[in-house]
Amino acid sequence: MDTTFRLAGGGEEELELGLGLGLSSGAYASSSNAAHSQVVGWPPVKTYRMNSLLNQAKFSKNEEETGVNGNDASKKKKNSKHENKNDEVVAKETGHSGFVKVNMDGLPIGRKVDLNAHDCYETLALALETMFLKACPTFTSIRREKQQRSRLLDGSSEFVLTYEDKEGDWMLVGDVPWRMFLSTVKRLRIMKTSDANGLGASGSTIPGKESEAKKEAFELKDEEKHSTY
Amino acid sequence: MTYSFPEEVLEHVFSFLTSQNDRNAASLVCRTWYEMERWCRKRIFVGNCYAVNPRVLIRRFPEVKAVELKGKPHFADFNLVPEGWGGFVYPWIVEFARVYPWLEEIRLKRMVVTDECLEIVSKAFRNFKVLILSSCEGFSTDGLAAVAANCRNLRVLDLRECEVEELSGHWLSHFPDSFTSLESLNIACLSLEVSFSALERLVSRSPNLKTLRLNRTVPLEKISKLLQRAPQLADFGTGAYSAEIRPDVYSSLQEAFSGCKKLKSLSGFWDVVPAYLPAVFSVCSQLTYLNLSYATTQSPDLIKVISQCHNLQRLVVLDYIEDMGLDTVAVTCKDLRELVVFPSDPFVADANVLLTEEGLVSVSQGCSKLQSVLYFCRQMSNSALISISKNRPNLTCFRLCILEPRAPDYLTFEPLDVGFGSIVENCKELTRLSMSGLLTDRVFEYIGKHAKKLDMLSVAFAGDSDLGLHHVLSGCESLRKLEIRDCPFGDKALLANASKLLTMRSLWMSSCFVSFGACKLLGQKMPGLNVEVIDERENLNLLPENAPVEKVYIYRTVSGQRLDMPDFVRIMGKDKNGVYNLSLCDKGL
Repeated sequence: MDTTFRLAGGGEEELELGLGLGLSSGAYASSSNAAHSQVVGWPPVKTYRMNSLLNQAKFSKNEEETGVNGNDASKKKKNSKHENKNDEVVAKETGHSGFVKVNMDGLPIGRKVDLNAHDCYETLALALETMFLKACPTFTSIRREKQQRSRLLDGSSEFVLTYEDKEGDWMLVGDVPWRMFLSTVKRLRIMKTSDANGLGASGSTIPGKESEAKKEAFELKDEEKHSTY
Repeated sequence: MTYSFPEEVLEHVFSFLTSQNDRNAASLVCRTWYEMERWCRKRIFVGNCYAVNPRVLIRRFPEVKAVELKGKPHFADFNLVPEGWGGFVYPWIVEFARVYPWLEEIRLKRMVVTDECLEIVSKAFRNFKVLILSSCEGFSTDGLAAVAANCRNLRVLDLRECEVEELSGHWLSHFPDSFTSLESLNIACLSLEVSFSALERLVSRSPNLKTLRLNRTVPLEKISKLLQRAPQLADFGTGAYSAEIRPDVYSSLQEAFSGCKKLKSLSGFWDVVPAYLPAVFSVCSQLTYLNLSYATTQSPDLIKVISQCHNLQRLVVLDYIEDMGLDTVAVTCKDLRELVVFPSDPFVADANVLLTEEGLVSVSQGCSKLQSVLYFCRQMSNSALISISKNRPNLTCFRLCILEPRAPDYLTFEPLDVGFGSIVENCKELTRLSMSGLLTDRVFEYIGKHAKKLDMLSVAFAGDSDLGLHHVLSGCESLRKLEIRDCPFGDKALLANASKLLTMRSLWMSSCFVSFGACKLLGQKMPGLNVEVIDERENLNLLPENAPVEKVYIYRTVSGQRLDMPDFVRIMGKDKNGVYNLSLCDKGL
């Protein structure tokens, strides 16, 4: 391959620059045969619109189930990945339709993660590992297949995953049911394990009691909801 | 011998020049004109906030009333630009507050706007009238509350598809009772409920209100009340268009709509209950703009509405409209200028709706004024593209997205080169093009040869070699914005066409073959360009020079290096102080 590049100056002197380099054709690493749902940013539909459609699909499905509106929604093909009614609660509560901020100790720039794209702690933690701990995506997907826990959740990493709930308390991620987590999470933080000492194994500042109380309260609310429908 | 017009005459003449390009041209005539023009320029447009800095702008234009700034590159809309990249408006706002106390209008697109910015805006500009934030983020409802509370003369508050941290819906109640100047309010992107009574009172005391776009939480049953208070509305966006089916709700809604004699634009329609759609029938024939792209309702229901919209100029729908619905459009909407069809289920390979290339062909046949198309579909053929190009040589904007990357002509399995080639050859006024499907270097050859008026080109998963990129950069004379992802384009074409980049606003290349070495070289040799390598991998310094970068964003600039970059953005080839290219500073921006 010709490795001498000309920097064209539009009529003026041409600058000849030899780089003495070759391009290896193996550099193009993107997966050309992957289903387009796995390609970032494809198809080119704005995130705003995607969130809106997702929330609508869930909303319509719930309405269908409870029979409130007369819309014959049976013909519509729903996005079957996201059937969690609490995702809409997320939309109302966080105002972000699923995206929450994630910060990591030591990194000034935070990222955002779409909680709607996950239905359990494992996939969320693995996604965050890829984002923050620079874990190789192939490696984490192999681990996912082998059903191995994310290092952020099993305590083997020097970091732990924590979240701030609606009441402003910081809790360890993973101890309450996923749906409850979704309805209460405001933002996430990847904290150094050493700094997370104040958070007990049960995920609350008062080991044991507070999260149990919260679980109970949630279950009660759930029951109430069922009775009104 | 000198002769010159008195300054007042020049100023008066210049007041007729509204386009920035014209003003830039006039300012190049001579020193006198340059000086005259800069003192009376009132409206500024900066297409890339990093192309220039506030200091330079303020020094040249001391009497500005309206500013428009754009920040992140277009592909940020699709999550390709990592969070924290930039586009912070704060430094601009601070300078404007210092120097332009009479600033009236701020329009921002893809910028990071903080609550502090909004607070400054609300207090620093006494005659502030227009705030339009398009695809912006970084602020909360507290910032909105500040704007509501302090901008006494506000006319326009337009939040288009912004990401707002919603702490409460109370911000709307901060508009004082004495505030009556509102003309346009768009809160469609907010998801928290605002106080309906505050909204109703606001609408009631705003006699000049022409645009009102509600958010989803405003219930359908209450819309009639609002419409009754504002029958002068020209542009209305509903909230969720669903309610229990009750005749009294229906009839008041229908009556309210029929009272809006000036209504020309309709949008919203989340969660549509089809039974309520006929309530808008009375205004359909008035409509020039209809956005049903959140209406997840089937084709027959959509057709019932659209078949009455004889004066429609712009239509935005989901692919639920299907080919059948587009046939109706072709027959009914003879004045149509713009068609947008979004996908309802973009991540599923199999079609969930009967929307194919035929719908688009049909509209191209029936709607002789059609100029602008954005169309998502699952199949396309060269013959369809050729038909479209022959039917509509007046197209100015053609954006086609075939959902599966590299999808070939579904009839012949050939690349779609010839089809898109036909588009650029026949549509001589084409200024914007987005392509998809299976495309080889050949399509770029056609583009370079024919697309002489092309201003913006978007390419994905296309081409075979650097030759493709070279055709475009060397052939497209009017090209100003080029964005490329996942194409096998590398260093050669980029370096060979380096000077072309100075005539463009920006070039984006991600997941291509551009190497670190080339980026460094380009940055070193071209002081008028910022060559930003956006790469989130660790230990970049250890990678070899010929390793491809994740993303590169190249743009011309007179302001030198950015000072606000996160660690994953590196400006290549510049020393620490950056290079300030004085020779470009006097040219029209």
